[in-house]
Amino acid sequence: MSEAGATAAHDAHAEHHELGFIRTYIFSTDHKMIGRQFIFASILMLIVGGLLAMMMRWELAWPETPVPFTSWISEPFMYPADEDSTVGAVEGLSEYVDPYPGANFAKSLGSVGGAHMDPAFYNSVFTMHATIMIFFVVMPFMVGGFGNYLIPLMIGAGDMAFPVLNMLSFWTAVPATIMIVYSFFVEGGAAAGGWTMYATLSADPTLSGVDTGADLWVISLLILGVSSLMGAINYITTVVNMRAPGMTWFRMPLVIWSLFVTAILLLLALPVLTAALGMLLFDRTMGTSFFMPGGGGEPILWQHLFWFFGHPEVYILVLPAMGVTSDILSTFSRKPIFGYKAMAFSMIALAFLSWIVWGHHMFVSGMNPVLGTAFMLTTMVIAVPSAIKTFNWLGTLWGGNIRFTSPMLFALGFVSNFVIGGLSGIYMASTPVDIFIHDTYFIVAHFHYVVAGIIFGMFAALYYWFPKIFGRMMNETLGKVHFALTYIFFNLAFFPMHFLGVGGHMRRIYNPLQYEFLHDLQWWNVFITMSAFCLGLSQLIFFANFIWSLIAGKKADKNPWEANTLEWTAPSPPGHGNFETTPTVYRGPYEYSSPLVKEDWLPQDRKLGPEAVTASH
Amino acid sequence: MMQWLPEDVSPYGGSIDALFYFIYYITAAAFILVTALMIIFLYQYRRDDSRRAVYTHGNTGLELVWTIVPALVFIGLGLASKSIWEEVKLNVPETDVEIRVTGKQFNWEVLYPGPDGEFETADDYQVDNDMHVPVGKPVRVFLGSKDVIHSLFMPNLRFKQDMLPGRLIEAWFQANKAGIYEAPCAELCGFGHSGMKGTLYVDTPEDYAAWYDKRWPPAETNGSDASAAETTEEVLASGAVMDAETMPDAEAEPAATEEEAVSAEDVPADSAAQ
Ligand code: HEM
Ligand SMILES: [Cu+2]
Ligand SMILES: [Cu+2]
Repeated sequence: MSEAGATAAHDAHAEHHELGFIRTYIFSTDHKMIGRQFIFASILMLIVGGLLAMMMRWELAWPETPVPFTSWISEPFMYPADEDSTVGAVEGLSEYVDPYPGANFAKSLGSVGGAHMDPAFYNSVFTMHATIMIFFVVMPFMVGGFGNYLIPLMIGAGDMAFPVLNMLSFWTAVPATIMIVYSFFVEGGAAAGGWTMYATLSADPTLSGVDTGADLWVISLLILGVSSLMGAINYITTVVNMRAPGMTWFRMPLVIWSLFVTAILLLLALPVLTAALGMLLFDRTMGTSFFMPGGGGEPILWQHLFWFFGHPEVYILVLPAMGVTSDILSTFSRKPIFGYKAMAFSMIALAFLSWIVWGHHMFVSGMNPVLGTAFMLTTMVIAVPSAIKTFNWLGTLWGGNIRFTSPMLFALGFVSNFVIGGLSGIYMASTPVDIFIHDTYFIVAHFHYVVAGIIFGMFAALYYWFPKIFGRMMNETLGKVHFALTYIFFNLAFFPMHFLGVGGHMRRIYNPLQYEFLHDLQWWNVFITMSAFCLGLSQLIFFANFIWSLIAGKKADKNPWEANTLEWTAPSPPGHGNFETTPTVYRGPYEYSSPLVKEDWLPQDRKLGPEAVTASH
Repeated sequence: MMQWLPEDVSPYGGSIDALFYFIYYITAAAFILVTALMIIFLYQYRRDDSRRAVYTHGNTGLELVWTIVPALVFIGLGLASKSIWEEVKLNVPETDVEIRVTGKQFNWEVLYPGPDGEFETADDYQVDNDMHVPVGKPVRVFLGSKDVIHSLFMPNLRFKQDMLPGRLIEAWFQANKAGIYEAPCAELCGFGHSGMKGTLYVDTPEDYAAWYDKRWPPAETNGSDASAAETTEEVLASGAVMDAETMPDAEAEPAATEEEAVSAEDVPADSAAQ
């Protein structure tokens, strides 16, 4: 439809134009604005979480030397150091490893002035890094941001089923976000029990030394749970009730399938987390003993509850990225997705199985070893749907006509990382092997390949839908450079963590030099840190591209990628109410290179002659 | 990757390591297969506007293959793992060497039962962080904790077990090579977690006997009519010497008087398990 048509459709919604600035940009009930709000908020938090990671990496590479650029952080978290003491501290490292790798780099960067990190603060830093990345970056970006933006548009609806609930979902997430960041600044600092917050360390403030900060952590996640619950209800209702005419279940794009399954998992998993967090808060503040053995409680109960939520949670994190990847691979291979139904059903299978594998996090926890065997077997089973998905992605590439755009590159990067993360999961699923690698850097490598690998899915989504969301194109060249550097440094940073883990390097320690058996591995830590810094710096290219494209990117057409799904039939960006006329769906989302038409794409809503319609899917 | 697994000195570590390498070969093969196919496809099917992509929605036969083959591999791995896991966890060998290790922020409190072989009796000996065991003999270890969850990790023994407050967990290990091994804590337990470690002294029979006799002089144990109070005095005295020699900075308390390590209130009697 023409520009004039779009304007006409807008005029039909004239009453909305009277919405002031506040109702349009702040307390908006439009799913597209809410989606954008989530995206911006999570990108901001990505910066916070990333900087925390850089601090940790410095500490691990050059332990107990001043961390550059941190002298503004107050005592008792960081203790200021001058240039001389920096040089001295770095030189002192050669007592453990001689010559010490990267010593000159550390000295020269140290000259900018830094501060010594307190070991307790290191614990806060990794706890907050993980909490922020999982709950305040990946979830809000994929589920809050793209879930919101894409669901109505891709099923042909005008908005979410409950627009006000949707707005509340975002505005409930805001105080949770503020609270988690604020917890750094209260006395005693932020939570320091790890993102898994195992009791009893977490259940009694005197054991961790963190009081208010950990309470704020609990309350923040409780509030965030309410936000996610509102989102989940909205998504489920919208997908069930508001699909456009002709949009049958098996004509839905896989990204919608993934978000739908994710919403169901959220709906079922969050109450478990809420219950567990409630008990933890009671133990902390009111003297109950759910997890404290002194009063008849059981510390391992926390682990069962946490992982009963936690394993579905990891699929909440990864499923949307899988959905995004499926859509993007099909679009840019110009080929239908290989095994559409197998893809949908394997997501459903993952969702079911994710409820019965939680014990694989607890093989050495003191849980009965017989249970360990049972959980190992269920975990082996859950690896099967992951394998199916991987091979179907390969099948999609086979025989394609592949366009290497930046979203495509990031989607391929996601697949490549997921393969490594999935394969490393098998080591830990094997109970005897897990005895050794549990709680080492091996598992840190594993979950960075899967969870930090999701960042590739996030970038893929952002590069792909940016033109739709913001009406402008991102710069492709910068996008490709960003991909290449991110992919290389991601692997250089995370792959060697397997070696550390196999060498026995524990996770959650701030000074590996305290252990003699790790001295020979220390140069890997330096290598990883250097790679991580490069990985961090590479993101500057993204930020430059993102901001520049927002302001001055080339104006986007309706369908810049020649894609099939419904959002590309709406204007870029779509106006209020999304579609000029409600689309009717005639076929599945992946009819690329169909013999029915001359072009190599065939949009879902394009009506062909009657004989052609029956011939197509 | 091979040489990075630390030296193994345990009886079952060989099986664990073999399983590790077995998984390594399988996953390496899978990785190479997938990556090679991906690279080939990306090259072979790169954009070429003179042709069209193959229009296909899948292939049920192929999809069955890549469902069933991984499933069989995973089941096989599961079965292999199951038997080794049982060897390690369920078949606890008979032994007369027993110790209790109790985690506390941020030390291992090691308790030896003494000649009577019973814990919580007058001839116990307690010290922080030093575990003396004889080479080549199974050691039964009772793991507990005074405060938070810790995890006793002995990389060279392929041993790791969390220690829970409120429970005594029974486990076993055996070191087949004399030497001194680090025994760090592997579970985040507070601000001192990093650096929390003990030392496992795997003594030759002679060294072990020497250590043992120094702790419990033969005369003392033979004199069966010595009163408990006297024995305690002896232990206290020698414990202090021991501490001064080997643990200059530890606040280790001699045992007999400090039995609350895993006292009744911390450890319900019925909770010893596994
Ligand atoms: C092929 C399928 C997978 C298998 C077999 C697998 C296996 C495992 C196992 C056994 C553990 C526990 C390791 C230990 O604590 O010793 C683990 C941890 C973890 N996995 Fe996976 N995993 C798989 C896929 C995933 C996916 C898809 C995600 C996320 C999107 C994920 C995220 C995590 C995370 C975050 C942890 C660490 C939790 C912690 O902090 O302790 N895994 N995985
Ligand atoms: Cu899991
Ligand atoms: Cu610890």
